[in-house]
Amino acid sequence: MKADIRVLIVWLLFLVVSGCEQSGESEQGFAGLGAQAEGFEPVKAGSALRFPDDHLPHPQFRIEWWYVTANLKDQQGRDWGVQWTLFRQAMQPQNEDQAADGWASAQVWLGHAALSNENLHLYADRLARGGIGQAGVSAAPFDAWIDHWSLTAPDEVSTEVAARLGDLRVRAEADSFAYDLRLRSDGPLVLHGDAGLSRKSQGRQASYYYSQPFYRVEGMLEVEGEPVSVTGQAWLDREWSSQPLAADQRGWDWFSLHLEEGSKLMLFRLRSDTGSPFASGSWTTADGTTEAIDSSKIFMQEQEHQRVAGRKLPVSWRLRIPSRNVDLQVKALNAQAWMGTSIPYWEGPVRISGSHDGKGYLEMTGY
Amino acid sequence: MIRRTGWVIATLLSHWRRHPLQLGCLIVGLWLATALWSGVQALNQQARDSYDRAAQLFGGQAGQVLVSTDGQAFHQSQYVTLRRLGWPVSPVLQGSLAVSLDGQAGSVESLQLLGIDPLTLPPDSTLTRGSATADVAAFIVAPGQTWMAGDTLTRLGARSGDVLMSAEGQRLPPALRRDELPPGVAVVDIGRAQQLLGLPGRVNQLLVTEQFAAEQPAVPDRLSLRWDRREEADLQRLTDSFHLNLTALALLAFLVGLFIVQAAAGLAMQQRRRLIQTLRACGASAGALLIALTVELVSLAIVAGLLGMLTGYLLAGALIGDLVASLKGLYGAEVSAQLNASWSWWLSGLAMSLAGTLMATGGHAVAALRQSLVPSRQPPGWMQAQGRMLRWLCWGSLALLALAACLWAVADGLVAGFALLGSILLAATLALPMLLAVLLGIGRGLARGPVSQWFWADGQQQLSRLSLALMALLLALAANIGVGGMTEGFRRTFTDWLDQRLAADVYVRPEGQQQAQEILDWLQARTDVDDVLPSWQVDSSVGSWPAGISGIIDHSLYPRTWPLLEAQADVWRRLQSGKGALVSEQLANRADLTLGDTLELDTPAGPWFLELVGVYPDYGNPRGQVLVAAREFRSRWPEVGVSSIGILADSDPAALAQAIEAQFDVRRVADQASLKTYSSQVFEQTFAATAALNSLTLGVAALALFSSLLGLADTRLVQLAPLWAMGLRPAQLGWLSLAQLLVLAALTCLLAVPLGLMLSWCLVAVVNVQAFGWRLPWHWFPGRWSQLVGLALLAVLLAASLPIARIARARPDNLLRQFVHEG
Repeated sequence: MKADIRVLIVWLLFLVVSGCEQSGESEQGFAGLGAQAEGFEPVKAGSALRFPDDHLPHPQFRIEWWYVTANLKDQQGRDWGVQWTLFRQAMQPQNEDQAADGWASAQVWLGHAALSNENLHLYADRLARGGIGQAGVSAAPFDAWIDHWSLTAPDEVSTEVAARLGDLRVRAEADSFAYDLRLRSDGPLVLHGDAGLSRKSQGRQASYYYSQPFYRVEGMLEVEGEPVSVTGQAWLDREWSSQPLAADQRGWDWFSLHLEEGSKLMLFRLRSDTGSPFASGSWTTADGTTEAIDSSKIFMQEQEHQRVAGRKLPVSWRLRIPSRNVDLQVKALNAQAWMGTSIPYWEGPVRISGSHDGKGYLEMTGY
Repeated sequence: MIRRTGWVIATLLSHWRRHPLQLGCLIVGLWLATALWSGVQALNQQARDSYDRAAQLFGGQAGQVLVSTDGQAFHQSQYVTLRRLGWPVSPVLQGSLAVSLDGQAGSVESLQLLGIDPLTLPPDSTLTRGSATADVAAFIVAPGQTWMAGDTLTRLGARSGDVLMSAEGQRLPPALRRDELPPGVAVVDIGRAQQLLGLPGRVNQLLVTEQFAAEQPAVPDRLSLRWDRREEADLQRLTDSFHLNLTALALLAFLVGLFIVQAAAGLAMQQRRRLIQTLRACGASAGALLIALTVELVSLAIVAGLLGMLTGYLLAGALIGDLVASLKGLYGAEVSAQLNASWSWWLSGLAMSLAGTLMATGGHAVAALRQSLVPSRQPPGWMQAQGRMLRWLCWGSLALLALAACLWAVADGLVAGFALLGSILLAATLALPMLLAVLLGIGRGLARGPVSQWFWADGQQQLSRLSLALMALLLALAANIGVGGMTEGFRRTFTDWLDQRLAADVYVRPEGQQQAQEILDWLQARTDVDDVLPSWQVDSSVGSWPAGISGIIDHSLYPRTWPLLEAQADVWRRLQSGKGALVSEQLANRADLTLGDTLELDTPAGPWFLELVGVYPDYGNPRGQVLVAAREFRSRWPEVGVSSIGILADSDPAALAQAIEAQFDVRRVADQASLKTYSSQVFEQTFAATAALNSLTLGVAALALFSSLLGLADTRLVQLAPLWAMGLRPAQLGWLSLAQLLVLAALTCLLAVPLGLMLSWCLVAVVNVQAFGWRLPWHWFPGRWSQLVGLALLAVLLAASLPIARIARARPDNLLRQFVHEG
């Protein structure tokens, strides 16, 4: 089989947009996200997020995503993980009208879907142009879609619930798997960093970042033709930026963890070529109270490595936040949860033990 | 050992120094054979490469696409609907666009503009695979790119980076060279194609992955789309026959060329028999001689082969213009006019030359080596030898005839048609010496007087050495009569048909429904317009064959002028009743339809069942055609506007055409006369290559004859000397020899005529039907045959004049010397 052109396309999308003549992964971080972003809007402190408006695309920013991960259990007690992601990428700065102007839209949409358990990791991706209705995100009711994959709010949902994306249905269908899940949350949205402005380096790199981590999930999976009924928890991440990585940042290790007693922990570490990694995190209690965790208080330690897709990846971690008496062992449910998509990365469900028990998702890029 | 072999080679080669003309014949024969063969192969390869590029453009062998049920461009929301149902479709907008290089508004060229969405293209498309695809973002983001093949750029006089302008003054994105694209195609982002073609929001095809196409799921009811084949995918199939025709002709030319080689090599070997005996007597081993002869032959083949390849390349260069034009005219196939010789072409050409040389000369070489060491004193028993040869040839001929009979009885298809044709031709050729021997025998039986009897008997003896050249003559003549007859017959039929078919005085193709109405209204108001015949057309398919469906109005012009091949009674009334349909001959042939059959047409309003009430000729159209009643057509395809208007003019049609052109912005207006001229042009171009090859073949046959007669004077003197001794004058002997030759040639010509007719019948009734889908009426051209026969006899006369003159002017001492050798 020929090399998939789309690998190239997406790489080039990132590189061309950067306007940078020398293209190379190391100089612009993972997937070119560290590239200069001329003409795009920068992430600025002091602009408060507004909902439901900010659930919609921000085409004046270069990249953006709607990211759902779910930790599920079937009736036999088996653990499952589900991922649904919609990425938006602008090939040039545009306002809302231009972004919706048919083929002249410079928006490219990328969908990723995956389904994992201990022994299995299935994934698929989709590419689409913006502006013609093939992919996009619209309001009232909220609808994010690419082809026949969608993340949709039901018609009858109340304004209050809609504002915090409290009720969603997520669907994807690929050759070997499909899922259709109902996500309901009573909790509020969680703003990371400084009221939603999440710093990504000591410099200017930052993104707008909020989550809805409180979903209870019910639904069906279909794995190689077999239906599986599941329940569990899910987490939605929303993030947009024009230059989220510094030029020397190669990739990240990202955790979204559901702890047994109801708290939610988000932690990430951006690895640098030149200096020490930049870490950050948020601690959210069961009632939604959120506190940012300073880089100096986070200790992330790779424990066990495995060869995955020809690379060596840390599939087991020790995470410590001594100020909160947190000392966690985090281990991949399936070490081979490699997303061999156009931009390859590792993304899969994890199990938590140690000071707290729980489940969550881990994403590792740039390896 | 090597040194000795070297000496043997040098000695053998010395023969050619003494007989340069023989060497010349040998080389020219091979040269011509290789040139004709490789020239045609270069043309075929060129065309195939172009088709491949077209077929591979979107990948997949099946070439399945979704198009709108009315054959028109449709809104891209249907594309989005299918994507949102999970269908792996990719939109395409295709249309022709007149462009010129920015700043050179003068030279306008027409391109196939192809708008694509690179993100959803099927993974097996050329566009997805090419290395330069890396730049997809640059392709999408303004200013974007226009992808074109190198030959298309050259045709436009443009280079990568240049900007083309459309005739409407819009700029195309900068050009970028992508050689895997078919010739004449420019690829841009679909959004730009919509702007350039003036079709915002529209697409006209949806590509699918090969795997998905194989499943062909049903299209949801709310969408007005249907499955169809991409036309490019059919090109190979449609044009195969055309190329097979060319290949068969080239093979014939190659064979005739080999006859020259065979004749020259046979003579050379015969003359070198003594030399070879001497060499062997001097101690040269048979192995060394074999090596020497092989080296000689291979070098000859390579030298002549290379010359032939170069000439073939030039020949192809000279013919490609016509070929490109005729393929476009006949099939709408775009073939690059930039000749491209590949390695495989060079190698296969040389291999052909080598194989031909070995075939034509190997037998002589082996025979020369096999002869006994001691020179035979006895003259070879030519009677027995000839008898043996004739028997073998006869058996061969009978075997071929049996094969032909089998093919005729059971085989079907174009290749079988050509095989039938080839075996009949070869059988007749092999039988020629026997037939001539029989005819000469009859002549001998009727002869009175010694000289007359000698004349016939000696003619029989000459048969052995001349039969090859005569066989070449027979082949070339028969091919000329056959192919010429077919072409000429076609020309007449075609012209008559055009006269009938183009009955209206002016034809207009309006652009869009609104313009069609405006033109109709405008025509209505004019006094110089007698009547107006609008028609409606959609592209569809019948069975798996692409076909256009035309709705025609009820008008007396059709029954009066429309040519029909076969029809039921009352055909036009049944057509207009909405229950009957007429189909073109090629569609009837391909879809295997006969009168009374039921035809199923796929329409937006559901399937439409029609009875086949008539078949009409539609020469020169690769697509099938169905004629139906306009009224019924319009109720089933309400979206389709008038696609063509025929006008019966009261006065000067050309002036009316001009008036329409001046009044409306239509590019396609033509009066009957210019349409006819254009069609005839396409026709001439189609057969230009055939005609050129045909004349070349005849020339080659004349050369074969010449090379066989070359040694005539030398060898004949031995046989003529006794007659001289008995009192005949050398001049008389010369005349007698010439008469013998002319009788042989005339008999051959006599046999060539029926053979040519049989060939012509094969072409018309078998090959053409398979190749183009139409059958031509039979035509006789006695004038042309006698012309050809006269030409052939003239060629014999010319070829023989030199050796005959030498006989006529033989000096007594020379004649006396013949008896010395006898001693």
